Amino acid sequence: MSKIDRIFCAGFGGQGVMSMGQLLAYAAMLEEKEVTWCPSYGPEMRGGEANCSVTISDERIGSPLINNDASVGVFMNGAAYNKFIGKVMPGGKVFINSDLIDAENPRTDITYYRIPVNSIATELGKIQLANMVMLGAVNDQAHLVDQDMLLEAFKKVFGAAKEKFIPINKEALAKGAEAAAKMF
Amino acid sequence: MAKVLLKGNEAVVRAAIEAGCKYFFGYPITPQNEIPEYFSKELPKIGGAFVQGESEVASINMLYGAAAAGARAMTSSSSPGIALMQEGIGYISKAEVPAVIVNMMRGGPGLGGIQPSQADYNMCVKGGSNGDYRTVVLAPGNVQELVDMVQEAFDIADQYRILCIVLADGLIGQMMEPVELRKPKERPIPAKDWALTGRNGGKTHRVYNLKLQAPDLEKDNFDLFKKYAVIEENETRYEDYMMEDAEFAFASYGTASRVVRTAVDRLREEGYKVGLVRPQTLWPFPYEAFNRPQIKKYMDIELNMGQMVDDVVLGCGDKEKVEFFGHTGGVLITVDEVCDFAKKIMGGAK
Amino acid sequence: MSVVFERSKGLTDVKTHYCPGCSHGIVHRLLAESVEEMGKLEDTICISPVGCAVLALDYFEFDGIQAAHGRAPATATGIKRVHPDKTVITYQGDGDLASIGMCEIVHAAARGEKITTIFINNGIYGMTGGQMAPTTLPGMKATTAQLGREVSLNGYPIRVAELIATLDGAKYVERVAVDSPADVIKAKAAIKKALEVQEAGLGFSFVEVLCACPTNWGKTPVDALKFVKDEMIPYYPLGVKKDTTKEGQ
Repeated sequence: MSKIDRIFCAGFGGQGVMSMGQLLAYAAMLEEKEVTWCPSYGPEMRGGEANCSVTISDERIGSPLINNDASVGVFMNGAAYNKFIGKVMPGGKVFINSDLIDAENPRTDITYYRIPVNSIATELGKIQLANMVMLGAVNDQAHLVDQDMLLEAFKKVFGAAKEKFIPINKEALAKGAEAAAKMF
Repeated sequence: MAKVLLKGNEAVVRAAIEAGCKYFFGYPITPQNEIPEYFSKELPKIGGAFVQGESEVASINMLYGAAAAGARAMTSSSSPGIALMQEGIGYISKAEVPAVIVNMMRGGPGLGGIQPSQADYNMCVKGGSNGDYRTVVLAPGNVQELVDMVQEAFDIADQYRILCIVLADGLIGQMMEPVELRKPKERPIPAKDWALTGRNGGKTHRVYNLKLQAPDLEKDNFDLFKKYAVIEENETRYEDYMMEDAEFAFASYGTASRVVRTAVDRLREEGYKVGLVRPQTLWPFPYEAFNRPQIKKYMDIELNMGQMVDDVVLGCGDKEKVEFFGHTGGVLITVDEVCDFAKKIMGGAK
Repeated sequence: MSVVFERSKGLTDVKTHYCPGCSHGIVHRLLAESVEEMGKLEDTICISPVGCAVLALDYFEFDGIQAAHGRAPATATGIKRVHPDKTVITYQGDGDLASIGMCEIVHAAARGEKITTIFINNGIYGMTGGQMAPTTLPGMKATTAQLGREVSLNGYPIRVAELIATLDGAKYVERVAVDSPADVIKAKAAIKKALEVQEAGLGFSFVEVLCACPTNWGKTPVDALKFVKDEMIPYYPLGVKKDTTKEGQ
């Protein structure tokens, strides 16, 4: 059976949830994997919430939709966590923004990574880097793409004008990876 | 050429421009707004024109004009907007001017909703305008195929002087996938010596829509249907998945067919001999693809109330052999649902 | 012997389907002559409407297309955007332009499309058999207003030239009539002026022509022309409604 990763990312608008998914998708494409990125759809599309589903596979992807079969769940705020935690399949990995999410009664069939991404981003000088910190943690622990490929993807997604921000984003990815690794 | 990660709607624009489309006429409607937005940015750069029509009615008639003037031109919309365009679709079909329409379908009827759907099968495949006519309908299953089909749509339109509809759904429009812009196969494309260009020292060009004498109109229609027969012969297309030893077959196209494909994988793991027949052209419809004596049941899966069922029945010649499952109104189907449905149909037959 | 009058090279040598006394023939001639005199026979594309003039493309010796009912300005927009160097003309009646096609004409004018519209106003639907048009005068009989147009029921006629003149994209707007030789001469001048405005690339130009429909009005050709003069012109005043070439805009 070929390797297939289904990553579900959710948070509220402005937390960089969609671009987190796009960077992952772009990096996977650069690694010549099959990939799909779907924005939120259906009744999930409400208010200021944002979510996206990324599927990465060695083979042609059938359904690009995630129902209850996400291998990786990424949650940037409490509302998204409470609403969508059921999408992660047993044995899956869940990454939560522990600055905003308590997850008091965690599921016992999945692995939790509690990353204080807001605090780390603030230490780096920019709260907007929270999604990159999270992406670093997710990618490091879920083994999705080469970490450097995310920076290549950054260039493609955000264009040459934003290349000057690569060093700080690289640091954010590294800090996220570090924080996730420390958990075990 | 290197792959790029593109949203379906943006991919439509890239593909159309690659195919030489320089004119776009359209009216805003969700979920396809990135198409006119992107065109409005790109077309002025290449000496083309983008016009935001005052309505879909105006937009399709602008397309009629631009196409009659000999240009590669297109419009796009979503279901209620395509309903409004039916007048112009009939005129374009009668006048035999080559044109392209992209429909990113959403739930209906009426104003309906804005979520992905396949509820325009009947309107687009069977014809929502008046009179005896056909339009080529291409049904992409992913963003790469969307890109390929948009490019090819312009060639098919020009080759046969026909309206070509790319019938996708809101999900394909909104999702991103890696895409490669590649040249479609070479086709014999006749010169547009009939187009409105001014006389330019030659003959006067006239593009007609009215035939007051019934026998004249009948002759025109006979000629149209001779052309349609050639298209049926040349352009019918479908894709088989896991059909070699299949005893049961899904029938599904577009986004629904992707969910079904994953369901086929899962059912195969459980030992079911099941496959998928995916029509890539909805007109001409691949009837022969559903005429396989070894198949016990065809399971039609769509994002509507079963609009393709009649065609599958015509293909296999036995309505008892066709079962349907779908969601409507913009609700998407899940792999679990498709598997559960299929198991009920297949019983213990592994 | 010197030739004093010739058929315009812009007209085909065929018999038209128009009724005796119908004004379409005159307006066709004026349009054909204007295009010819401007040296544009090779470079003109004319959009026929739905209505009596649906066959106009057979009568003009330049390119033509039949548009859907009321949509000629949209079809003309598509053509003009593809061929900005060609002269593009819509020829439309009052049912076509002022009823079903009001949206398209208003927006083509508002966009300042560099096209010319010849608007035939005879206050009635001709081809379908004398039904009430948006331009049917109060009290005027029509097959769908058998007792005459009753404004409390059917509303008021629309003065289209004045309406179009309010739009910034419209650069030249005039209403003329073809009820007398003098008015025919003025009508020709207006049509030519409108085409010149297009040629200069200034924007949208519009000529409304008050015309007679003896058949559907139930009048003799002579009485029909008298009706234009006595009844229509007072309701639809002739003259230039807008001329930005004079205002120097």
